[in-house]
Amino acid sequence: MNITQILFWLLSVLAIFSALMVVASKNPVYSVLWLIVTFFAISGHYILLNAQFLAIVNIIVYAGAIMVLFLFVIMLMNLGRLAEPQKHRWVRIAGVVAGGCLLLVFVAALRNIEIKKQIAETNTGDIGLIENLGKALFNEYVVPFEISSILFLSAMVGAVVIGKKE
Amino acid sequence: MQINYYIFLSLALFVIGIVGVLTRRNVIIIFMCIELMLNATNLLLVAFSKMHHLAASKIDAATTVGTDGQLFVFFIMVVAAAEVSVGLAIIVMMYRNIHSVDVNFLNRLKH
Repeated sequence: MNITQILFWLLSVLAIFSALMVVASKNPVYSVLWLIVTFFAISGHYILLNAQFLAIVNIIVYAGAIMVLFLFVIMLMNLGRLAEPQKHRWVRIAGVVAGGCLLLVFVAALRNIEIKKQIAETNTGDIGLIENLGKALFNEYVVPFEISSILFLSAMVGAVVIGKKE
Repeated sequence: MQINYYIFLSLALFVIGIVGVLTRRNVIIIFMCIELMLNATNLLLVAFSKMHHLAASKIDAATTVGTDGQLFVFFIMVVAAAEVSVGLAIIVMMYRNIHSVDVNFLNRLKH
């Protein structure tokens, strides 16, 4: 087992454990912190796949901006010590069973696919570097790029309008 | 790494997100689970992009196959950021009106 495989398994265990802790934590602040750990683990996977631009964007946008927004909202509402109302026990068990059934169906369907033995290249390949992605983004994808800026503007206006006091 | 490890890893993360949406009542945690599902999908897109790049680079060493998948991930992140800003504004407004973040208060559309 070489160092890449060891890192892969380490980051996978970290991602799944912290994702479970997001769902299992009682306090929403702890959920946000575990979600940040999950995002760092996923960024580690991107670095292993040599998608360096996406790794950095994932840390800046998700762990940096979006999670801080979540933390601000939770602290604004002062939810920490408020006891969250629990769903009924049977509803929770039914949710877990439904998710487990979905996992079972997916695993059974994808267990013997023909691309199973194909390799996702790690540590090499320069398609994830910023030079290649920037060229593609500003040549072939320049129209979606501009449209996404309009989307951001409308989202900003929408957030201000919705959040404004009547 | 073999591609099926990545498939099962993102499947596990996605199902954890679904279980969180189904079992929790706090609307902020439901929202975070949606972010978790989006990230599971992003991870799988990057893994498939690298898989296709490896298959194509055996024929042509300077190929850029797989760039599209990574740009899709970039656009998914952009849309997720816009979605979070609007969604959190809605949550703040809901908390201001009913002083709770319990999704069961939002069942008026049913009646």
